[in-house]
Amino acid sequence: MSKRPVRPSNAHDADRLTPAPPPGRFLDSPTFPKQSKVELGNAVQRRNLYDAMRTIRTKRVGVTSEADDWEDLRLAGEAIKNRTLRHLDRYLLQLEESLTAAGSTVHWARDAEEANAIIVGLVNAALATPQGDQASAREVVKVKSMATQEIDMNEALEEAGIAAWETDLAELIVQLGHDRPSHILVPAIHRNRSEVRQIFLDEMGRYGRPAPDDLDSEPVNLAAAARLHLREKFLRAKVAISGANFAVAETGTLVVVESEGNGRMCLTLADTLISVVGIEKVIPSVADLEVFLQLLPRSSTAERMNPYTSFWTGPTDGDGPQATHVVLIDNGRTKVLADPVGRDALRCIRCSACINICPVYEKVGGHAYGSVYPGPIGAVLTPQLRGVASAVDASVPYASTLCGACVDVCPVRIPLPDLLVHMRHKVVEAKAHGRPHADDVAMRVTGKVLGSPGVWAATTKAISGTGAVLKKGRVDHFGPLPWPLSLWTNARDVPAPPNESFRAWYARTHHKDGSPR
Amino acid sequence: MASTPAQRGAGPATTADVGARITVALFATCANDVMFPQAPMATTRLLERLGCRVVFPTKQTCCGQPLVNTGYYDQSVPIVRNFAETFGGYDYIVAPSGSCVGAIRHQHAMLADYAKDPGLRRDVDAVTSRTFDISEFLVDVLEVTDVGAYFPHVVTFHPTCHSLRVTHVGDKPNRLLAAVGGITVRELTDADRCCGFGGTFALKNPDISVAMASDKARHVADTGAEYLVAGDNLCLLNISGVLNRQKAGIKPIHLVEVLASTAADHE
Repeated sequence: MSKRPVRPSNAHDADRLTPAPPPGRFLDSPTFPKQSKVELGNAVQRRNLYDAMRTIRTKRVGVTSEADDWEDLRLAGEAIKNRTLRHLDRYLLQLEESLTAAGSTVHWARDAEEANAIIVGLVNAALATPQGDQASAREVVKVKSMATQEIDMNEALEEAGIAAWETDLAELIVQLGHDRPSHILVPAIHRNRSEVRQIFLDEMGRYGRPAPDDLDSEPVNLAAAARLHLREKFLRAKVAISGANFAVAETGTLVVVESEGNGRMCLTLADTLISVVGIEKVIPSVADLEVFLQLLPRSSTAERMNPYTSFWTGPTDGDGPQATHVVLIDNGRTKVLADPVGRDALRCIRCSACINICPVYEKVGGHAYGSVYPGPIGAVLTPQLRGVASAVDASVPYASTLCGACVDVCPVRIPLPDLLVHMRHKVVEAKAHGRPHADDVAMRVTGKVLGSPGVWAATTKAISGTGAVLKKGRVDHFGPLPWPLSLWTNARDVPAPPNESFRAWYARTHHKDGSPR
Repeated sequence: MASTPAQRGAGPATTADVGARITVALFATCANDVMFPQAPMATTRLLERLGCRVVFPTKQTCCGQPLVNTGYYDQSVPIVRNFAETFGGYDYIVAPSGSCVGAIRHQHAMLADYAKDPGLRRDVDAVTSRTFDISEFLVDVLEVTDVGAYFPHVVTFHPTCHSLRVTHVGDKPNRLLAAVGGITVRELTDADRCCGFGGTFALKNPDISVAMASDKARHVADTGAEYLVAGDNLCLLNISGVLNRQKAGIKPIHLVEVLASTAADHE
């Protein structure tokens, strides 16, 4: 995962049905500081993110400030999610009942492995049903879905001999590029148009209808090539797999919010529809959508309303999929719910506003986070879902300056900086049982010095003493210094300390009662 | 924004009755105490000029933020306890740092709860509600925006993340700056974007920190200012670290040092 050339060397495994993603598991990813050094050098990504994130941030301010009741909507969104999570057990059972009553089949999955086993079984069963006298192609079409990315479903299907085709344009670019998504809303944001053109020319023909030979890098022509490539898959596929933005407990209705209409093609053309839904996606009633269908598009794509919003409540005779399955996945969510601080992250509606405003994300992009969830929400959610045992998961809570820009834009008011600090504490607690660490020693010493007024007063004297020596040597600024000071001074000067601390000045110029001497 | 020489020192706040009979306990902050004493010195001078009595409780150390924000809760509880004990007896605690004040207000109660110490929580609640950033103390408590300052320079102002989004000082620093005699304040592009400091972030992720600081430094340089003003010296340390390396010739200065300047300082 360290480098992403347009076509990696492992790209065309003859045994594979779909383009191979980069090798390696997310859990084995390099730490955030390590991978971010690589990402900082990706000039295309830097430029794309700097421009695109600025554009979407500006647009978001426009469409949220024009809504007079925006802050009320955020409060409502927070309250509805909190209420639902507080009574999640009840709402999930109600959801199961409503889904079943509407004719959907409900499956429960404890983790990714269980979810994938259920999905593979459902796809196999659906494809085994005779379709005239021709065997169905062993494939599924996919609606853009974070839950299926989270459980790495495409690879589980690939192993079972089933091709999963991404149909969201950006997800298609990522898939054909043997790549991973770098953003939850715009997963190919790290690519530019000439790269997309090259990926289409090189790869489309291997997996379906080729791109036209004279394809140029005009967005309209790239979209047209994707449309033609995808169309044959839409028309052929018997099984579609989706996620859901919302699952309504009262009615058993699932909701998908999207921009392109490719999702709706999947949702309406296939015979069998399997929806993979995190258990935190449940909302009590259809009326609650009034709040979320305002919050989500304005926070996400910065639009008043997204172009395509699909609702379905079980199958409808003779219209659309005749079998609808819902796989409700936990995959760590009940663990998050058990943490009274960390559970706030479960309110997330995957809008990406926090990612778009994050100055750290803007510099490194999504691949540095070792997870399908980048940015501030990824840095608090992934280490909760997966734990902090892996090096990458222990590093992402520190991938933030705690500048707080994310708090103000979150449509469900998740206190992201507080959760980042909370997760840092979890990392420290986990480290306490391991070997002592340089960080640990430094922080424990700092704690001792600042926790004791006498030691601190002595330290101020020592620092001013050093300052006095430096001043004699006429040193007032330092340039590059050896490690570990180089962490600061590689690119930043640092002033020499003054030869008199404030407390020394005050004692020299004031009496104890505060009157000047 | 520019003032005529006749206006120098003519503000209502030059008289010492604005803050008459108010005793302020100065929380210098650990970084200012040893690295940037000019900021607490300026706070002292300014508040005394406005008629306050400024005391410096010597048992003070730090707000605990470096430890808390790195996840070391156990090590920060004694610091929180020390802060509450040191400042418990004062009506007004003032610091020249939006970030440290933010940490006190936003994190000390959480840490008292973490320590499962209801007594400490009570003490913390009492003391944090009386703790102010200097810009808040001037505007909200002393109810003054023209503090009689004179600073005949072109400046730009970086509002700092924690001042804005944790301490919520709003536009108070801007109003205070606008009232300074002789000053020209130039608008800073992307002013509310983080400079990349982030405490230990600057050392744990130095390359990202520098990339962010470079954006900020570029925007600062584009204003053509002589001085970069902010309410937090560690943000200034980061941005000016880059500016100084680039020999940009732009000096960092704390907001309170500008506010403490008078015409006499420039004669």
